Amino acid sequence: MEIVLSLGIGVFAASGIWLMLRPRTFQVVLGISLLSYAVNLFIFAMGRLTVGAPPVLGAGAEVVSVDDPVPQALVLTALVIGFALTALFLVVLLAARGVTGSDHVDGREPHQAEPHPGHPHP
Amino acid sequence: MPPQLLLATAALLPFLGSAAVICLPGHARNAAALLAGLVMVAALACIGLLYPAVAGADTVAWSLDWLPTLGVQIVLRLDGLSWLFAVLVLGIGALVVLYARYYMAAEDPVPRLFCYLLAFVGAMLGIVLSGNLIQLVVFWELTSIVSFLLIGYWSDNASARDGARMALTITAAGGLCLFVGMVLIGHIVGSYDLAVVLASGDAIRSSPLYLPALVLVLAGALTKSAQFPFHIWLPRAMAAPTPISAYLHSATMVKAGIFLMIRFWPVLAGTESWYWIVGTAGMVTMLVGAWSAIFQHDLKGLLAYSTISHLGLITLLLGLDSPLAVVAAIFHTVNHATFKASLFMAAGIIDHETGTRDMRRLSGLWRAMPYTATLAMVAAAAMAGVPLLNGFLSKEMFLAEAVDNAGDHWLNLALPVLATLASAFTMLYSVRFIRQTFFGAAPHDLPHAPHEPVRWMRIPIEFLVFVCIAIGLVPNLTIGPVLAEAVRAVLGARTPDYDLAIWHGFNAPLALSVVALLGGVALYVVFGRRINSNPRGGPWLMDRLDGGRLFERAMTGLVTGARGLEGHLGSERLQVQLRILFLTVLLAAVLAGVARGLDLFAPGKSTDFDPAFALMWVVGAACAVGAAERAKYHRLSATIFVGGAGLVSCLTFLWLSAPDLAVTQILVEIVTTVLLLLGLRWLPKRDAAIPAPAAEVVRARRRRIVDLCIAGFAGLGLAGLAYAVMTRPAVDGIARWFVEEAYPRAGGRNVVNVLLVDFRAFDTLGEICVLGIVGLTVFALLRRFRPASDSLGRPRQQVSHDAYDAARADRSPGETAADALLVPRVVMTWLFPFIVLLALHLFLRGHDLPGGGFAGGIALTIAFMLQYMAQGAEWVEARLRIQPIAWIGIGLLVAVLAGAGSWLFGRPFLTAYFAYWEPPLLGKVPVASALLFDLGIMVLVVGASALMLVALAHQSLRRTRSAEAEAERAAEGETV
Repeated sequence: MEIVLSLGIGVFAASGIWLMLRPRTFQVVLGISLLSYAVNLFIFAMGRLTVGAPPVLGAGAEVVSVDDPVPQALVLTALVIGFALTALFLVVLLAARGVTGSDHVDGREPHQAEPHPGHPHP
Repeated sequence: MPPQLLLATAALLPFLGSAAVICLPGHARNAAALLAGLVMVAALACIGLLYPAVAGADTVAWSLDWLPTLGVQIVLRLDGLSWLFAVLVLGIGALVVLYARYYMAAEDPVPRLFCYLLAFVGAMLGIVLSGNLIQLVVFWELTSIVSFLLIGYWSDNASARDGARMALTITAAGGLCLFVGMVLIGHIVGSYDLAVVLASGDAIRSSPLYLPALVLVLAGALTKSAQFPFHIWLPRAMAAPTPISAYLHSATMVKAGIFLMIRFWPVLAGTESWYWIVGTAGMVTMLVGAWSAIFQHDLKGLLAYSTISHLGLITLLLGLDSPLAVVAAIFHTVNHATFKASLFMAAGIIDHETGTRDMRRLSGLWRAMPYTATLAMVAAAAMAGVPLLNGFLSKEMFLAEAVDNAGDHWLNLALPVLATLASAFTMLYSVRFIRQTFFGAAPHDLPHAPHEPVRWMRIPIEFLVFVCIAIGLVPNLTIGPVLAEAVRAVLGARTPDYDLAIWHGFNAPLALSVVALLGGVALYVVFGRRINSNPRGGPWLMDRLDGGRLFERAMTGLVTGARGLEGHLGSERLQVQLRILFLTVLLAAVLAGVARGLDLFAPGKSTDFDPAFALMWVVGAACAVGAAERAKYHRLSATIFVGGAGLVSCLTFLWLSAPDLAVTQILVEIVTTVLLLLGLRWLPKRDAAIPAPAAEVVRARRRRIVDLCIAGFAGLGLAGLAYAVMTRPAVDGIARWFVEEAYPRAGGRNVVNVLLVDFRAFDTLGEICVLGIVGLTVFALLRRFRPASDSLGRPRQQVSHDAYDAARADRSPGETAADALLVPRVVMTWLFPFIVLLALHLFLRGHDLPGGGFAGGIALTIAFMLQYMAQGAEWVEARLRIQPIAWIGIGLLVAVLAGAGSWLFGRPFLTAYFAYWEPPLLGKVPVASALLFDLGIMVLVVGASALMLVALAHQSLRRTRSAEAEAERAAEGETV
C-alpha cells in the first residue's frame, strides 16, 4: 500500500509540475489542481496509513485506536481552499485572456516582441 | 511635579501636539499656530523648570523597558548639554511658530506644516534626551523623515521634491551607518545605555572595532551636519518654506550631527583617526562653504552655504584634541543658531515683502524697511564676528584654538592661516549681503512694493538679535552658567579654565580677527562688482565640481545599473520564474537529504498490499499523465482526466479511513469540474496543426526536456519522501489527545469535524474568511470581464442546432438544444429537493458522523448548480432568488456571532457549549454552539461557491444579450 500510494503521489506531482511549467494558462490551472491532489495526499499520508479505522468514535463514544485526525482536518480545509484557488486562477486567466487576447502565461505570444497593444474592443 | 515626570511630559508633548494639530481643518491658521506655540512654550517651561535638577553636573533620568531581552530601554536623560540643546530647540521653535504664522499664506495647508514641525521637535528632543543608543538612532532617522516631509512641503514644486529626496537619501543613508556604528559601540561596551558608554572611553578606543565604529558614527554625524562632501543636500533643502529653513536647516537639525560629535567626544575623540577625519572634514567644509557663499545671488543660498561653513568651523573645533576647543564648539553652536535663524527670518521677510530673494534685483531696502534692515545688519555683523556681538566671542576662541594647536606639521601651521582666510570670506559675504540688499539705489521693478512686515513677524528676529547683543556684551551674565553646565556635562574632570571676556588684551587671535575683518571688507571693495555680475551664480574655480549634478548622475547610474542587473538576472516570464522556483526547492531538498543522510528505504511498518488498490492507482496515474499530455490541445479530455485523478484520490481517502475527506473531495471535484467547463468556452482555439516557427520548435523541444527532468525528479523525490515517512512508525503527537477529548469536551464523535468547528475553530474562521474573499474577488473580476473577440460568437453546436431549427417550419429555434437534454433535465429538476435534503443531512450529522458544514455547503451548491444546468440561468432566476453575496455575509456573521456568544458566559471567543436534544422524529440531535458555527460555515460556503459559479455562468448570458443588442442596432442602422 505505501509503495503504491507514494508512487501515485509522485506521478500526480510530476504531472502537475510539468503542467505548471507549460506556457498556456489552462495547462497551469490543471497543473495546480494535480499538484494539490498530490500535496493533499502527501499531507494525509503523514498520519500513516490505516485501513478501516476512521477517526469517528463508536456510538458509546468509546476511544478506539483510529487514524490520525489532525492531517485529515488540515486536508479538509485545504480541499475547500483548493477549490477557491482553482476558481480564482481560472477567472484571472479568463480576464487576462480577455485583456491581452492571449492565453499565454506572460500575456503575449512568445514570438511577439511587445505586449498586446491594448484592449481588443475599443 | 517630580523631575522625571516633567522630563517625560516635555518629551511627549510635541508628539501629542502634532497629532492634535493635524486634526484641525486646513484653513485653521491661527488655531494651528496657537496650539503649536502653546506646546512649545509648555515643553520649554518643563525643561526650564528642570534647570536646578541638572545644575551642578547632575542628570535626570527616566526609563522604561522597551526590548528587555536585547537590553534596550527607553531612557530619557537630561544633563547640562542636553538641557542647552533642548532649550535651543524649543526656544527657537516657539519663535519660528510665531514667525511661520505670518509667513505662510492663507492658501497653504498650514496645520500640516505645524504637525510636521511639532513632530520634528519631538524627534529632535528625542535625540538630545536619549539615554540609549538605539533610541537615539530611531529619533535620528525620524528627524530625517520629517525633514524630508518639510522640504517637500510645497510638493507641487519640482525642486522641492528633488531637494527633499536628495536630503533624505543622504541623511537617511548616514543614519543607517550611524545605526551600525551604534550597534558596534554597544557590542564593544556590552550595553546600549548612554551613561555606561560614556564611562567606557578607554575600552572603546582600544577596541579593534574602534575604527569601523568611528567611521560609521561619523558618517551619520557628517551627513546630518552637511559636511563636505555630503554638504550638497543643504542648499537644495532651501526649497522648504523659510521658517523651516531657519529652524531645521540652520538652527537645529543640522546641529544634530554636531550634538552627536560633542556627546561622544569624550569616548571617541583623542585619536589620530578622529583628528584626521573630523579635522579635515571640518576644515574643507568651512573653506568650501565660505567660498561658495560668496558667489550666491540667492539670499537663502548665501545663508545655506554660510551655514555649511559655520558647521565646518564647529566640526573643525571638535576635531582638534583640546577641551578648550570643545567649549568654543558648544558656544559657537548656540551663537550660530541665534544669528543664523534671525538672518533666515530676515531673508524670509525680504522675500515675503518684495517677492524676490535675488540680490541682483534687490537694493536700497533700507529706505522701505529700516527696522528689518537694522536687525539684519546686527545679525550679519554677529555672523561676521564683529566685536560686541556673540559671534565675535566664539570666533575669538576659535582663532585662539587655531593658534594654540598650530604645531610643527605643515597642516597644523596652515590652521591659523586657513582659519583667518575663512573668517575673511565670512566678512566678505556678510558685507555683500548687507550692501546689496539694503543699500544702493532705491529698488525698482520688484514684484511687490517693499514695506515693513507685520509687527508680529519681526518679534522673533528682535528677540534673537537681542540675545546676540546680550551674549556679546555680558556673556558671563547670560550664557556663562548654562555653557559651564553643558561643558561640565561633556568634559567632566577635563573641564578647562576659560574666560568669556570680550577683551583679552592685544594677542594673536585679536590680530587675526582684525586682519580677517579688514581683509573681508577689502576683498569686497576689490572684487565686489565682479562677484555681483558673475552670471552663473556659482563659485569661481569650482565650476566643474557641481556636487548636486554628480549626485544626480550617480543616482541615475545606480538606477540604470539596477535595471540592467535585473534584466540580466531576473525575468518577467512566469515559466522562467517557476522553473527557478522548482529547481531551488529541488536543490534545497537534495541538500537537506544529503546533510541529514536520509535513508529512504529503511525497513519499517507497512500495511498489507491490496491488488485492487494498486489497480486503482494505475488508473489514477494514467489519468494524471493523460491530463498532462492532453492539456494543450484537448482541454475537455484533459479536464475529464483531472477529474479521474481526483476521483482516485477521493477513493484513496475512503480506503484509508478518511470518510470526511472522501465526501468533501467528491463534492469539491464536481464543483471544480463544472467551473472548469464553464471557463473552457472563453479560451482561444488551439490546434496542433498550426505550424510554429522552426527556431521555436527546437527551443520548445529543449525546454520540454528540461521541464520533464524537473518534473520527474520532483515527483520521484516526493514519492521517496512520502514512502520514507509512511514506513516509519507514527510519532505519538497531539492526535491522541484530540481523539480522547473529542467527546468529553466537545460532545462530538467525528473527531475531524470537532477539530474544525471546536478545537481549531479560529483557524476555520480564518479559512472561511479567505473563501468569502475569493468569492467576492472572482465576482469583482468577472464584472469587468471583457472576452476576447474570437470567443464572442455563439458556440458551433448551438449555431448548427439553431440552423437546423430554422430550416424546418415545424420547429422553433432552440428546440433541438432543449430536446437533447430532455430526460436528464427532468431528473435534475426533480433531484433538487433530494439534494437539499442530503445537504442538510450531511450538515446535521457532521458532529458525529462524516459530513459537516463544508460538505453540506458544497452539496447545496450542487443542488442549485444542477438547476442552472438543467433549465438555464434565466429559468432558474425567474423562480429562485439566490443572493450569494448575502449568503457570504450572513454565513460570516453567524460564525462570528456563534463564537462571540461565549462572551456572554465569560468564556473566551469560540468556546463551545453542547447538549443533546431529542425532538420527535429526528432522533437525538446534538445541540452544540459549534453546530451554529458549522451552520455559518455552510452558509458561507454556499454563498462563495454559488457566487463563483453563477458569475461565470452569467458571462455567456451577458454576451448573447449584448450581441443581440448590437445586432438590433445594426439592423436599425440598415433600415435608417
